[in-house]
Amino acid sequence: MILLQVIVGGLLLGAVYALFSSGLTLIWGMMNFINFAHGEFVMLGMYAAFLVVTYLAGGPAAFGLAAALALFLLGVIIYFALIRHVMRGPMLAQILSTFGLALLLRYAAFWIFSPNFVTLPQTALNGSINLGGILLGVPQLVAGIVAAALTIGMHLLLTRTRVGSQLLAVAEDRSAAMLMGIRPDRMQALAWGLAAASAGIAGALMALSYPFSPSVGETFALTAFVVVTLGGFGSVPGALLAGLIIGLIQALSAYFFGPIYKDVIVYGLFVALLWLRPQGLLGTA
Amino acid sequence: MRWGWIALAAGLLLYPAVVTDPFYRDVGALVLLAAIGASAWNILGGYAGQISVGHAIFFGAGAYLPLLVYQQMQWPPLLGVPLGIAVSLAIALVIGFPTFRLQGHYFSMATIAVAELVRIVVGNWDFVGAAIGMMGPATPRGWWDLTFRSAVPYYYIFLAVLALLLVVTWQMQRTRLGYYLRAVRAGERAARSLGVPVRRYKLYALMLSAAFTSLAGSLYALKTGFVDPESGLGILVSVQMIITAALGGAGTLLGPLLGAVILVPLQTATNSWFGGGGTGLTYIIYGGIIVLIARFEPGGLLEIWHRHLAWRLARRARTRHAA
Repeated sequence: MILLQVIVGGLLLGAVYALFSSGLTLIWGMMNFINFAHGEFVMLGMYAAFLVVTYLAGGPAAFGLAAALALFLLGVIIYFALIRHVMRGPMLAQILSTFGLALLLRYAAFWIFSPNFVTLPQTALNGSINLGGILLGVPQLVAGIVAAALTIGMHLLLTRTRVGSQLLAVAEDRSAAMLMGIRPDRMQALAWGLAAASAGIAGALMALSYPFSPSVGETFALTAFVVVTLGGFGSVPGALLAGLIIGLIQALSAYFFGPIYKDVIVYGLFVALLWLRPQGLLGTA
Repeated sequence: MRWGWIALAAGLLLYPAVVTDPFYRDVGALVLLAAIGASAWNILGGYAGQISVGHAIFFGAGAYLPLLVYQQMQWPPLLGVPLGIAVSLAIALVIGFPTFRLQGHYFSMATIAVAELVRIVVGNWDFVGAAIGMMGPATPRGWWDLTFRSAVPYYYIFLAVLALLLVVTWQMQRTRLGYYLRAVRAGERAARSLGVPVRRYKLYALMLSAAFTSLAGSLYALKTGFVDPESGLGILVSVQMIITAALGGAGTLLGPLLGAVILVPLQTATNSWFGGGGTGLTYIIYGGIIVLIARFEPGGLLEIWHRHLAWRLARRARTRHAA
C-alpha cells in the first residue's frame, strides 16, 4: 500500500513537472532557444504565491492567478528587452543571455528574500484524504490535477485554436507566417509569456506543499531539461508523458535508495538518454 | 604591437615587486588564477564555440586529486596534479563522445547536468570527504609540498602556467586545429561539408581545454589547501570561467586575462564592502554583466578595442589617400 502511495505521489508531482516543462518545450519548438532561466521562473512563481499569501492573505486560487499574471508579464518583458535582440545573434550571446538572467534573478531573490527556506502558511487546502487505503495530501492532489489539466489545456490551445495555429505557423516558417499577416514578434512574445506563466503556476502549485528557497530554480531547470529531452524537443504531449515518468522515477528511487539518489538517478538517465536516444521518446531524429 | 607585449610581460613580472601589500599581492595571484581558468575554457567555449557550463568537473578533478593523494596516502600534493589531468582527460572522453553529437544549446544543457551529477555524487562520497571536503598540508614538510605563507611564490607559478597556456593557445590559433575550430564555431554543417572532421576536432579542443582547466583546479587547491563540493564542483565555478572569458572577449587570446583583471578586483571589492552578504551582490552584478554583454557586445570588451583599431587604420588610409 505504501508503494502505491509513493507511485501516486510521484505521478502527481510529475504532472507539475510536465506543466513547467511544457513552457520550456514551447519556446524550444518555436524558436530553437533554450531558456536557462526557466527554473528561476518556477522559483519566482513560488515567491509570488508567498507574497500574496503573506501580504494580501489570498487563497490558492488568488495566488495561482497572481503568479500566472506576474510571470506572463515578466516573460513578455524579457522577450522584448532581451531575447528579441539575441535570438538570431551568435550562439554565445543566446546562451549567455538567459544564463545571466538566471543568475540575476536567483541572487536578486537571495538579496530580497534571504537564502533561507520558507513554507507557505496554512491555506484553505490542507489535510489529506483516504482513497481506498492510499493517503493523499490535498495540496499535492490539487496541484497534480490542476497541473495536468493546464498542460492538456496548453496542448489544446496550440492545436485547436486560432492563436495556437498562428504560434505554430511562426514556429514552422517565420517569413511565410509574416506573409500571411501574422506578426512573429507578437506571437513569440506570447509564447514567452505563456512559457513563463506555466512555470509561475507550477511554482505556485508546488509552494502549496513544499518548502522553497531562492536556489531551488537550478534543480527545476535541470528537471525541465531532462523532461524536455525525454519527451522530445517541442512536444507538449511528450512533455506530459515524460514529466509523469520522471516524477515516478524520482519517487521510486527516493523510496528504494534514499532521497539523495533521486536527482542522481534522473541526471544519470539524462546522460544515458543522450547516448541512446537524443531525439527523445516521442520526437523524431 | 611588440612594445605592447613587452609592457604587458614586464607589468605582470614586476607586479609583486611594486605592490608590497600582502592583500593586493593575493588579489594579483587570484587574477592570474581566474585568467588561467577562463583561458582554458576559452579554447572550447571561445575558439570552438561549444559553450560548456560543466567545466567545474575538470576544475574539481584537478582540485581534488592533489588533496586526495595527500590525505589518503601522505604523498606530496604535487603528485596529484598529473593524476587530476589524467582523470579530466578520461572524463572529457566520456562526456565528449555522446554530447558532441549535439549542438549549441543542447551541449550546454548536457554539460550542466553532468556537472550537477558529479557534484552530488562527490558530496555524498566519504572517500573524497563528502560534504566536508579535503584539506592540504597545514605546515609544509618541505618545499615540495608547495605550501607557502606568502602569495608571491604562487603568483609566479600561476604566471608561468598562464604564459604556457597563452603560448599553446597562440600556437593553436595559427595551426590547422585553430582554423578547424573557428570553422566549427562559424557553422558546424558548413565545416563538415568542407571536410572538417568536426567531432574529432571538437574532442581535441575539449581535451586540451579540460587538461588546462584541471591544472587551474590543482593550482587553486595548492594555494588554498582546501576544497569542498561547492568550491570545487559548484556551478558557480563554471560560471566564473564563462563570464571572465566572455567579458574580455571569448575566442580571443587576451580576452580572458582582461576579464580577470576587471572581475576579480570587483568581486574582492564587493565582498570586502558588503561582508557576507556581498557574495549575493557579486552574483547579481555578474548576472547583470553577462546579460549586458549578450545583449550589446557579444564579442566582449576586446571587440570594442578591435573596432577602434580598425577605425584608426581606416582613417590613416584615408588621410594618406588625401595627401
